[in-house]
Amino acid sequence: MNERFDAIVVGAGPAGNAAAYTMASAGLKVLQIERGEYPGSKNVQGAILYSDALEKIIPDFRDDAPLERHIIEQRMWVLDDESFVGTHFRSDDYNKPPYNRYTIIRAQFDKWFSSKVREAGALLICETTVSELLVDGNRVVGVRCDREGGDIFADVVILADGVNSTLARKAGFHAEISPGNVALAVKEILFMPQEAIEARFNITEDEGVVIEAIGKITDGMMGTGFLYTNKDSLTIGIGCMLADFKGSPNRTSPYAVLERMKKHPAIAPMIAGGEMKEYCAHLIPEGGFYAVPRVFGDGWMIVGDSGGFVNSVHREGSNLAMTTGRLAAETAIAAKEAGKGFGAASLKAYKAALDESFVMKDLHKYRDMPDVFHRNNQFFTTYPELVNRAAKTMITVDGVDKKTKEREIFGDFRQKRSLVGLMGDAFKLWRAFR
Amino acid sequence: MHIVVCIKQVPDSAQIRVHPVTNTIMRQGVPAIVNPYDLFALEEALRLKDSFGGKVTMLCMGPPQAEEALKRCISFGADDAILVTDRAFAGADTLATSYALASAIRQIEKEQAIDLVFTGKQTIDGDTAQVGPGIAKRLSMQLLTYVSRIAELDLANRTITIERRAEGGVQLLKTRTPSLITMLENTNELRFATMPDMIRAARYPVRKWNKDDAGIEDLSKIGLKGSPTVVSKVFGPTPRAVKAEQIPVDKATPRDIAVNLIQAMFTQHPALEQDMLERAPL
Repeated sequence: MNERFDAIVVGAGPAGNAAAYTMASAGLKVLQIERGEYPGSKNVQGAILYSDALEKIIPDFRDDAPLERHIIEQRMWVLDDESFVGTHFRSDDYNKPPYNRYTIIRAQFDKWFSSKVREAGALLICETTVSELLVDGNRVVGVRCDREGGDIFADVVILADGVNSTLARKAGFHAEISPGNVALAVKEILFMPQEAIEARFNITEDEGVVIEAIGKITDGMMGTGFLYTNKDSLTIGIGCMLADFKGSPNRTSPYAVLERMKKHPAIAPMIAGGEMKEYCAHLIPEGGFYAVPRVFGDGWMIVGDSGGFVNSVHREGSNLAMTTGRLAAETAIAAKEAGKGFGAASLKAYKAALDESFVMKDLHKYRDMPDVFHRNNQFFTTYPELVNRAAKTMITVDGVDKKTKEREIFGDFRQKRSLVGLMGDAFKLWRAFR
Repeated sequence: MHIVVCIKQVPDSAQIRVHPVTNTIMRQGVPAIVNPYDLFALEEALRLKDSFGGKVTMLCMGPPQAEEALKRCISFGADDAILVTDRAFAGADTLATSYALASAIRQIEKEQAIDLVFTGKQTIDGDTAQVGPGIAKRLSMQLLTYVSRIAELDLANRTITIERRAEGGVQLLKTRTPSLITMLENTNELRFATMPDMIRAARYPVRKWNKDDAGIEDLSKIGLKGSPTVVSKVFGPTPRAVKAEQIPVDKATPRDIAVNLIQAMFTQHPALEQDMLERAPL
């Protein structure tokens, strides 16, 4: 086939859509190739939409995007087996437009985002797998699809093919993903009458609540659970490091962790009566700063999950995906305008833009975090238990004086974790968060 | 040779759910697909085109978003696509739909003579199998339903020979063209679209016809007005009363499991045992 494109985008998730939309809007001739039956059919996320990243791509997205609820309250829970200690942050500031975060249902959101991409002029082909990159010397010149006549050529190829990024691996752009660098998350969407959700979470129409939870629900593995309110459904999920599932002494499976979380006495009443509508599982690249591969070369750039752009500490991913997609697209647009080709020398501007943005700054800030948590599972086992016990000791009124209670709590901590251990943990956390 | 293939865009019934409280069908978020039965009609038409050359025109009546279904058919190799879409068609039952489609086919005929019209056996959302025969009747075409194979097409003498699945056997029928064929499922395997066709489909400007373009003469015969069918009630099927019997297989050998299973079946259905014994070669 003789037809040539300015850019080929592999994948129609947030990163691929952001890239395709931005380039097509600037008049580039864009072909986007998606493996799934339709955009969104294979895409999984919690899902919280962060307005800022999308606003920079489609400023008026609120006009017609399928948004569930804007978030007005964030709860952080630390759970042991029976109880939880938590903080809730609710602010009426979050109730004033323009809203900062929304819950979304990805199947619907991705369909919308993709329709915008096509309106902008990009050509979308679904149900087509890109089997390899076409390379001329060192230079990526196009893609080979799993269809007859499937070799297609372009000036630049943007890899937005997701966490596994088989393309980048095949081309040798990055190594095989390691179980220590990815989390496996499972989630369910539970259907429930709108009124029940609003009563249970103390919210009115369009207002939403986010709960993030750590603690014994992950059975000693490094991970977090979450519960989000949609319009007439709840999203509940939990994710742990793949290496931890692999090495779990109890051979705990992902669905078992989720079932356990759903049965927790603090969570069960909130989801009671929910009817499961959707069940999904997904890998999340959580290797952080050190796991980000080389992100550009002659004729190619990597964006989104394929490049490992996830801030696991703040549970942010789709906004990094959209931002990396946009920055890669802007690099391609500038390269076309400059007329100096799409070699690595032109595309290195992408890396520079990433470094300048919150994407690499945040990943750098938390660069040691995955390692610290991974090596110290007491953060997910011992501490949640201790904190909950301390709260219970302090709050229970039983004739014991408060001074004695304090001593009891301190003794508890000392018994479970040596003084050196406590100090060490505090130091590690301080270093990782600094 | 010119073939018209009629398709319908339907909600993927495998993903439809009935609302637990209101008993209404929840279409939200359910993907729209080409009626699966119609794809057998499309593939058969494409095979004839492969053998005899010519043109395959796709025809669909539906809302504007049905354009996607037609584009999908283009990706498999259909040549042209027409979407008959007009608010006046809303609420059509099979009678009104066949009237509108027949009228559109007459318009297509004005552009190029038609040898064959294909439809699927039925749709997965209506399941009536009435629209194909309705079109044939209105166009005075030979009607061939539940066709499983096209044995011979003689364009020069304008005859076609087909096999059709009938109760108790297969009928071999020969008739003259133009005729309308409703194609049986699983009679062919849909081809894998080529990349150039996928790209052509993504760009294809589907022709959109309103009621005038489709040559509708009698407005009382289309849409809700032209539809005598009344849906009086929608309800979910009641679950089966008989629960499945569970046969424990703990520590049993495969042979024991098989024996237990067969015995359980014979206990439930003694006639089956009798029948098996009679047929068994001794």
